[in-house]
Amino acid sequence: MASNPLASDGSSDLDLSGQVAHGIGERVIGALLFACGMVSILTTVGIIVILAEQAFEFFRQVPLPSFLFGTSWTALFKTPAYGVLPLVAGTLWITLIALLVALPLGLLSAMYLSEYASPRARNIIKPSLELLAGVPTIVYGFFAVTFIRPEILKPLFPKIGPFSALAAGIAVGIMIIPLVASLSEDALRSVPRSLREGGLAMGATRSEVSWQVVAPSALSGIVASFILAASRAIGETMIVALAAGSKAQLSGNPLEPMQTMTGFIVQVFSGDVVAGSTPYLSLFAVGLLLFLMTLGLNIFSQWVVSRFREVYE
Amino acid sequence: MSAQVLSRSAESRNETLDAGNLPGRQRRSRVMTGVLIAATGIAVLALIALLASIFKDALPWLRPDLLTNMPSRKAEKAGLYPALIGSLWIIGFTALFAFPVGIGAAIYLEEYAPRNRLTRLLEVNIANLAGVPSVVYGLLGLGVFVTWLNLGRSVLAGALTMALLILPVVIIASREAIRAVPPSLREAAYGVGATKWQVTSSHVLPTAMPGILTGIILATSRALGETAPLIVVGAAAYVTFLPSGWLDKYTVLPMQIYEWSRRPQDEFQGLAAAGIVVLLALLLALNAVAIWLRARSARKVRW
Repeated sequence: MASNPLASDGSSDLDLSGQVAHGIGERVIGALLFACGMVSILTTVGIIVILAEQAFEFFRQVPLPSFLFGTSWTALFKTPAYGVLPLVAGTLWITLIALLVALPLGLLSAMYLSEYASPRARNIIKPSLELLAGVPTIVYGFFAVTFIRPEILKPLFPKIGPFSALAAGIAVGIMIIPLVASLSEDALRSVPRSLREGGLAMGATRSEVSWQVVAPSALSGIVASFILAASRAIGETMIVALAAGSKAQLSGNPLEPMQTMTGFIVQVFSGDVVAGSTPYLSLFAVGLLLFLMTLGLNIFSQWVVSRFREVYE
Repeated sequence: MSAQVLSRSAESRNETLDAGNLPGRQRRSRVMTGVLIAATGIAVLALIALLASIFKDALPWLRPDLLTNMPSRKAEKAGLYPALIGSLWIIGFTALFAFPVGIGAAIYLEEYAPRNRLTRLLEVNIANLAGVPSVVYGLLGLGVFVTWLNLGRSVLAGALTMALLILPVVIIASREAIRAVPPSLREAAYGVGATKWQVTSSHVLPTAMPGILTGIILATSRALGETAPLIVVGAAAYVTFLPSGWLDKYTVLPMQIYEWSRRPQDEFQGLAAAGIVVLLALLLALNAVAIWLRARSARKVRW
């Protein structure tokens, strides 16, 4: 304090020591807030370390190629086989069915809400779709088992069993309609009005403006919403656990039961599993594959947005 | 770019459409309007079918002692009291862990973080965490909380797992609310010599709080409906007691619904539907609070 120029000027009644204490307090708070931010980094590191560590143990018992390319998954049987392809195939079937349901319905709803709906219709339909997004996935699983299969699919396909990829896929599709609709609508609405007016002024009809002017301009956002929808479908768990069955098989028939990667994880924990056993370790290998697939899709969608986004003033 | 889009679409129109054929094009446009309305109608209809079919199944089973009875092997006496209480325990602790950390991270990113690569990494990381499947968080919780920290199949392990799951949602929602606070407010406070934390704690946070709370309630409602991660970290399927501490075993509403709906008997399907109605009612109540908060703050503050 002796070197303080203010003090040497004789104005020693100006006490600045509080400022120093303040400075320390400020720094502590800044560090605490930074630590809060780092929790999310730690979460990612934790996911990767836990999955990779246990999966590594697993690959010491089951070689990586026979895991990735094996065509039989019987982890909980007496003679276990750990070929992940049936689980991947089940996951892809359900994702494909879900996308066939959700992409057209989601995109068309988004187009309606963005380009056609009156403010009043929008105010009713948008919250309804948001409500659909807030329903827990277990409810969709129950809906697939008690309504979609017996009331809709059974009359069409009399041979359908109690569990099928089709019923689960349709339910997953309904679940992701709001995601596609809301993200695509955001993209469509961000296209400036002047583009639409230009199209209309040139004599284009309303649907020509919607599909040949607005949609191409919003393409990156629409594609990103499709990719995110696929990622959500791959990771969806409770619907498939209830409606798709627990038979891991390579099948070309969606009317048959199938097991997905997520479905297998839940099935194992619904029974008893010995920590450290090979079936237990296989969970982490499957989890790691699931994590990498969804992460890849998420990064891809971000890349699509940043690379192909049309920027208007 | 916009001109390019227009000319590209104009060219393709010349190939496929006769610009003079106006009645045909207008007819096509009207058909398209019909298609769009039909598609939106199907989406809304799916919601109505979902709610209607579940209410129909649930109606015979919706009785008051459903909320106060223990689960039972006899469907007529079975209730979801432990699941209801367990769910409250889980979301309570989840909120306790996720909110301070989530809001803290949001404050850091909005008010404190320098514009550098670490900050950019944090932002990308949070966006990616929001897209990780919930069952993977279950595996994380199993590895870290259940096994490594040796918390076992406890309320604490479940709530910590759930907290990590909703953290990205809390951060993203809180950031939006904080960003909506006008910079002039901060500048006025800085102008009279306030420190960064004084500006944040006495001006930015109070102003952003309704928005933060809305986002937080929506994140909590996500935690209320999640099942998969809790199956992995060991919510029990059949619990006939209430948790009395955070190291106790527990079950939650969606878990009880899952357990009931997997049983073959029709009675338990009805019970599962009734459980879903209780769960949806809770979610609706939470959402109503969020909407009320948003409406209230929108009335009160005007910039």
